[in-house]
Order: sequence, then structure tokens, then C-alpha cells
Amino acid sequence: MSATVAQNVVPVDITVNGVEHHAEVEPRQLLVHFLRETLGLTGTHVGCDTSSCGACTIHLDGKAVKSCTVLTAQADGASITTIEGMATDGQLHPVQEGFWEEHGLQCGYCTPGMIMAASAFLETNPDPTEDEIRHALEGNLCRCTGYQNIVKAIQYAAKKG
Amino acid sequence: MVASVDAPEKMVGKAIKRREDPRLITGAGQFIDDLRMPGMLHIGLVRSPLAHAKIKSIDLSPALSMPGVVAAFTGEDFLDLNPLPAAWQAGGVTNHAVTPRVLAVNEVHLAGDPVAVVIAEDQYLARDAAEAVIVEYEELPVVVDAKKAAEAGAPQLHEEAPNNIVLEWSCGKDAEVVDKALADADVTAGLHIINQRLIPTPMEPRGSVARYDPGTGDYTLWITSQAPHVMRLLIAAFVLGIPEQKIRTISPDIGGGFGAKIFCYYDMPLTMAISKKLDGRPIKFFEDRVENYVSTTHGRDHISDVEVGATNDGKITALKVKTWANIGAYFSTIAAGIPTTLYGRMIAGCYKIPNIRVDVTATYTNTAMVDAYRGAGRPEAAYLIERVCDAVAAATGIDPAEVRRQNFIQPEDFPYDTGIGMLPYDSGDYERALDKALDLAGYTDLRAEQKRRIEAGEQKLLGIGLSSYVEVCGVAPSKWIGLGGEGWGAGLWESANIRVQLTGKTVVTTGSLPHGQGHETTFAQLVSDKLGIPYDDIQIKHSDSLGTPFGFGSYGSRSLTVGGTAIYKTTDKVIDKVKKLGAHMLEASEADVEFEHGKVFVKGSPDAAKSIQEIAAAAHVAYDLPEGMEPFLDETTYYDPPNCTFPFGTHVCVVEIDNDSGEVDIVKYLAVDDVGNVINPLIVGGQLHGGIAQGLAQALYEGAYYDDDGQLLTGSLSDYAIPKASQVPWYDLDSTVTPSPVNPMGAKGAGEAGTIASTPAVGNAVVDAVKHLGVNNIQMPMTPERIWTAINEAR
Ligand code: FES
Ligand code: FES
Repeated sequence: MSATVAQNVVPVDITVNGVEHHAEVEPRQLLVHFLRETLGLTGTHVGCDTSSCGACTIHLDGKAVKSCTVLTAQADGASITTIEGMATDGQLHPVQEGFWEEHGLQCGYCTPGMIMAASAFLETNPDPTEDEIRHALEGNLCRCTGYQNIVKAIQYAAKKG
Repeated sequence: MVASVDAPEKMVGKAIKRREDPRLITGAGQFIDDLRMPGMLHIGLVRSPLAHAKIKSIDLSPALSMPGVVAAFTGEDFLDLNPLPAAWQAGGVTNHAVTPRVLAVNEVHLAGDPVAVVIAEDQYLARDAAEAVIVEYEELPVVVDAKKAAEAGAPQLHEEAPNNIVLEWSCGKDAEVVDKALADADVTAGLHIINQRLIPTPMEPRGSVARYDPGTGDYTLWITSQAPHVMRLLIAAFVLGIPEQKIRTISPDIGGGFGAKIFCYYDMPLTMAISKKLDGRPIKFFEDRVENYVSTTHGRDHISDVEVGATNDGKITALKVKTWANIGAYFSTIAAGIPTTLYGRMIAGCYKIPNIRVDVTATYTNTAMVDAYRGAGRPEAAYLIERVCDAVAAATGIDPAEVRRQNFIQPEDFPYDTGIGMLPYDSGDYERALDKALDLAGYTDLRAEQKRRIEAGEQKLLGIGLSSYVEVCGVAPSKWIGLGGEGWGAGLWESANIRVQLTGKTVVTTGSLPHGQGHETTFAQLVSDKLGIPYDDIQIKHSDSLGTPFGFGSYGSRSLTVGGTAIYKTTDKVIDKVKKLGAHMLEASEADVEFEHGKVFVKGSPDAAKSIQEIAAAAHVAYDLPEGMEPFLDETTYYDPPNCTFPFGTHVCVVEIDNDSGEVDIVKYLAVDDVGNVINPLIVGGQLHGGIAQGLAQALYEGAYYDDDGQLLTGSLSDYAIPKASQVPWYDLDSTVTPSPVNPMGAKGAGEAGTIASTPAVGNAVVDAVKHLGVNNIQMPMTPERIWTAINEAR
């Protein structure tokens, strides 16, 4: 938020993709806007205003959450991973690799959220059935792919382990 | 051994992974909401809560007094901007085209109509400030239904359009001729079909960012547009009245479009005008989803009455259709072409029908504008004719597959003129696709199982739905579609430029552009094979009016068939020059050399070849060129297609319906599509998957509804049912290949086929499951409640 509109602000300490950040934020600021506007991590997308689409999904302390439903202030002290932090040392995460291999994306707008949701899901269920995968994506909408290749992408990642 | 150079790996036809993906899977995509510019301001729109009202007064002062608010304006402040253009008015008839202004003036015509704008330092504040603006309205009566809008006494939206009628259009034979054919038919059937309103819902909403340069008077406009060159033309020539070159339009990565991002929207000139008023500060508008739902275009929304006549053996002899098409509150950019050219003229589907008459009345209502949505007119036509085939099957007692077979246009009939004003269908073998689909689906066994379940009185009924579709793609020959013909207010060609640079690295610019379809991959595959240049050395550039030749953009499944052909033809020009210069370098005559796999050599002596890279370098340095040859390998093509292309196929959907609850389960979905020759099967498969999902969602889930006051009841993603992963089946894809004779690649187009085919396949399957109970029609979306009601009313 710019200086001209600074009202009461709250201090937060948040670790994002391994980097610690200290910031003063508006109490009402959504975490997704902290990531996108304050930190410039624009890989996390916004697709709705009803927490329906999942385009904004990130990992907060290891769990997949929709960053449009969390206030920045609530994330004080948390450790966050965004899509930008998924590849390590130039090596794609297996779920990212799966999306590329299986044509799990078209426009790519839902994709970061899908990858974050799927990777958290595979942590809890490393060998899911097709049905389990489809239900795990309940909170993530894709308008382009018809989901089949997203399912295949996640199966690919599961197989890779 | 034949003397030739070693063939590199062929790229065309290969399912290679997309080169677009690395940036998109790592969060490095650049969508419009990701643009960052110093001094950028955000706009918040004040939208009318009422669907029809006079604006009595607007008080901006509460917003203006908020810290961080830079300016605020009403529609009165933009009267120097013309209303948005009506670029496609239906051919041959009067169009009462009333287009919106950037902000409504005097009167609002839909809930969500923007009436004022607030500009602030950040997006939260812009929205708060917009809410603080006080607007007084005087409520007016509302109409939302396309048919009721045309009735006597209906509320009137625009003085210029008496009885709310946008246009009345028809095609086919005289009504009397078709009436007579109906009267003479052995059997007749009637259908009332509501092709419900849908909301396109690309996952990325729409937006614009504009920056005016006070020094030069030039504008740069970033837009979520499927047609940035066309937007530049329309805004310059029709809205602002300035030369085209004063505007540079750029489409960044686009998060899906499906038609909704083709059109010229208020925010484009609005952000430009505000940036100018504010001395060049960049102005950003990005819809939230609710705004996207109320004020970006919707699709479909037809009400149709259909009569069909047939012989006892299932030959369709007459088809009469009356359709009311909802256009919404204003005329959107190409709204008139959808329910006329792309719908009425495709109503015959894959069939030889001697007597057809289609009448269309398009009306204004107090709802969001309706324009092209994936398939655009063709899904409405395909749904209608495919439901008609099943109605004929029911009326004659003949199997639905046989009814289709009886009426198919035959392979030897092509090019085939349906007689209702469409261009001749290019090529097809409809029966081959049907047979393959029936065979793969195990149709005979499915019918037997269906019968068994009925006889055993089982609770789970089986329904088998067929959809044999044909669609028109690769729009379109300019002379046919243009003002003297179908009324499109421009040409519809496409462009390409290829430069093989000094280093041999090659850049292709195209007037076409992707919004998820993978052009950067497909086009590079094409060029690599044609020029023999390694795939990795070829880059496809697009979406920027400054760096690309004028093009009409991406819609109507035209990217490959028209845009790709422009590229193909450009490679031929490059090859011509390469051969000339190569011959010169080899001190041979041009007639004696050959070009193969990127090398020029004297026939029979491939070992002394000059590579295209060497020739490109020679062309660039220009030390020794043949007499009269210009330097540089740089060729451009503007390609106007001689015809459209007509993909086709048969989809089979098998559903189980619980006859107690009406629950539907798709147990099998099989698609046999013929999209001609394929460059990248992975990408085509993806297009089909996504298309099928969107089409089946119309059949089962989606519908946009307004209440009688014109309030959108399905105004958010939690109310509008776009399908989730668990709500769609596994799609089994198969194909036949009938190359199109229209373009040198033999491609037909694949972007919309799935959507067009799947709605009727699923709809027919549901009705098929309960037809033995006496149900002959169910309106979409075929929800469990509607199915349950239909079953119980029939019982
Ligand atoms: S933006 Fe849609 S769920 Fe967060
Ligand atoms: S890839 Fe476009 S929304 Fe999923």
C-alpha cells in the first residue's frame, strides 16, 4: 500500500520461498496481494472473489491454502512457498514436470494454483487413484484443459515419487 | 541410393511438449495483472445496481475527498469519445446497432453498467472510492427474455430499436415452400429448444492498462485481447478518431479467452482517455470476477421453435426454425454475426435437407451483452439439428444412428452447398467417422444393455447419445464475409513475416496469437520442417501491433488454417529466394538446383550443398547478390483464404441415470474427430478435451440466470457452475483424417470442435435414457431436478 493511504498498519514477519520478509501492512490486506504487490511474486494468480477458483493456492506452513482467503496479518510468522519457489536449483518439481510432460496446461492461468494444490495433495497421498486426484482438485478450477491432462500430470508426478 | 541430403527429424505431426510451458509452470508468465509501471494508477468503476434506469445525478465529491484518490469522472466527461463500434452487422438486413459508450450517459440498460470512474493510487482504494460515489437513479421497467422483449408492451431499451429488435434475418427457402414440405411429410415432430445463456469464464478476467505519451501523443495499450490489431484499428478509427499508428496494442499472456476476449470493451478507450487526462500516468483496469460476470459478454441465449418433417424411412425432408436470440443490453462488437451467418447458415449440419427455413429475431434485453462464445452460433446449430435427428428417430422408430446415416452428405458430394448461404463444405466422410465411433463405443452392445435394463426394470437407466457434427472454421474469405456479403466490416485474412537473420536464427511474426493454444510451438514445428531450420532456432513472436504485421487475431478456429497458412506461404517465398541465392553461390542456374531439408544443391550433387544458414548470412551481408536481389531473407505474406474449412466427426456419450433421483453419470465419452491433418497431436488433444468439457457443461451444469428485475443470479464463481475435475469424465479420443483441400497443410481447425459436438452428444444421451418413458425433450442444463421432473411428468 502506498504512503498516501497508510492508515493503521500491522508489522509482519513472513518467510517466502526461504527468504525472510518484514513488512508493515494494512490489516485488511489479503495475503495474495502481499505476495503479488508487495513482494512482486506474480505467479500466484487471482481468478475470483469467492474463494472458488484456487488460482491463488500457495503452501502455508506446508499446507495448500487459498491466499485470497488469508489476511497477510494472519500469516505473521509463517513460512510460505509460492510457485516461484517450487523448482530447486533449476530442477522442476515433479508436479511441474508432470504438467509440462502431459500437456496439463493451456493458458496457464490456473496452473500455479493447480501445481501448488497437487503437490500438497501428493504429500498426503503419494499414490492416489484417478478418483482421489479429481476430488483433491475440488477447489481448483481450470477452464481450458477439461482436467484429463491435469490428472495425468499428477499421476506422472506420483509415479516419479 | 537417391542423392539427397540427410533428412532431419520431422517436426510436423509430432506430439512435442509446448515451449510456452516452462514460464507458465514456474510462475514467470506475464499476464496483464502482472504488469508493473512506475506511477501506475488504478481505476474503480461505479456500476449501476439497477438493470434499467435514468441517471438523475452523480456526486463524485465523496470519492474525490478521499486521500489517495487522484480523479473521478462521469460519462459526460467522455462525450468526445464515440460509442464503441459495431463491427459485424448482419448482412442484407437492417441492423439497429446501439453500442455502449465508455461510461453510460443519461440511462443505464443493465445491472453493472458503468456510470462513473474513480482513479486512485491503489486497487483497494479505487474500489472504496467507487463505493463512495453517490448516484441517484429513476427506475425503469425491465425485460430479460429475448422473446418477451419483442412482444407488444415490453419495456423499451433504445429509441433507435423499436420493439427492442436488433435485426430480423432469415435464410433458406420461402416459408410457404417449407410449410408445404412439412405438410407433405410422412412424419413430423416439433421441438422447443432453449439454448441457455452461458458465461464464458476464462480463468483470467479481462483488463486494460493504458499509457499515454504526452511528448509524442502516442498511446500504448496492453489488453487481454484475442485480436490486438483489430482493437487498435477499431479504437483509433471509430472511438478516438486518431490515426492507427498513434496506438500500439499489446496482448500479454492471456489466461483463456473462449471468444469473450475478442471484443472492443469500454475499458480500452476509457483507460487511454484517462491516461491522457492525467498527463500520461499509466492507468490500470482489471476486472474482478463479479465484474467479469456482469459486464463481459455472455454466450448463446437462444429460444427456438423447430418443426421437422421426414419420410417413414427417416429421410429429413423439411426443417423450419424460428429463433429469438438475446443480444443483451447493447450491441457487442460482432454480436450480429453469431445468430445469423454462424448459426442459421450451419443449421443443416452434416445432412442433405432439401427444404430449410430459418428465421431469426435478435432482441435487446436488460442483460449483459451476448456475443461469440467458443463455437459461436455453431454449437446452437449443432445442438438443434442433432436433437432434431433424435426427434426424427423417435417419430419414425428408426435407430438414431441410422437416421444420421440416411441423411449424411456423401464423400462424393464435396464441395457441398447446403443451399442456405454457407460456403461449400470443403471435404468430409461423415459415415466413416460415425462407423468408427459406433464401433469403438460398442454401440450394438450398448443398445442391447439399454434394452435389458429397461426390461428388467433396473433403477439405473442407460442413455446413448450421438452427435454427428460439422462446423465452419478458418474464417473466412474476405469477399464472402465482408460488407457486401455477410456483413463483417473488414477483411478476415491473416499475416506472417519470416526473417532468417545473419546467424541463421529465425524469427516469425504473425498476426495470429495464442491465448492458451500453443502457437509458439505449433508454428515453429511447421517452419522447421519447411525451411529445414532446427526447431530451437525458430522463435514465434506475436501479440504486439508494433512488431507484427496486421492480423485479425485468434477466434473461429482460424489460427492454423489461416494464420498457419500465411506462415506456410511465407516459407515458400523464403525458399524461392534461398534457391536463387544458393544457385548464385553454387554458380549454377536456378533451374538446376533443389532445396531440401534446409540445403540448396545442384541436382544429383547434394554433397556440395549450401545451407540455408550460409545463404541467410550471404543475403544479410549482401557482398555478392545476384543482379537485382534485395539483401536479407525477409518475406511477408497476407493470406486471404479461398474458403473456410469444415471439421466434423461423431461423438458418443453414454450416461447412466438414476430414475429415482435423476442423477446423471457419464460412463463413457468417445470422440471421433476429423480435423484434417494435425501438426501437434498433443495440442489438438488438449483443445478437444477442453472443448468437450465446456460443451458437456452446457448440457449438464451451466446456465446464467437473471431475475425479473435484471439481477444476475449466477453472478459469481460460487453460483455459476463451471465444472470441476470430479464432474467430467475421461475422454477417449480417436480420429479419422480427411485433409482439407482449402490450405496446403490440409488442416481443418480444432479449437471449437469439442464444444460444438459434446453438448448434443450429452443432451441426446440424457433424453435417450428416458425416452421409453415418453420423455422427448428436456431443457438444458439437464440437472437431476429437471430429469427427475421429466421422468415423473411422463409417468
Ligand atoms: S482467487 Fe479464486 S480462490 Fe483465491
Ligand atoms: S490452463 Fe487455462 S484455466 Fe487451466
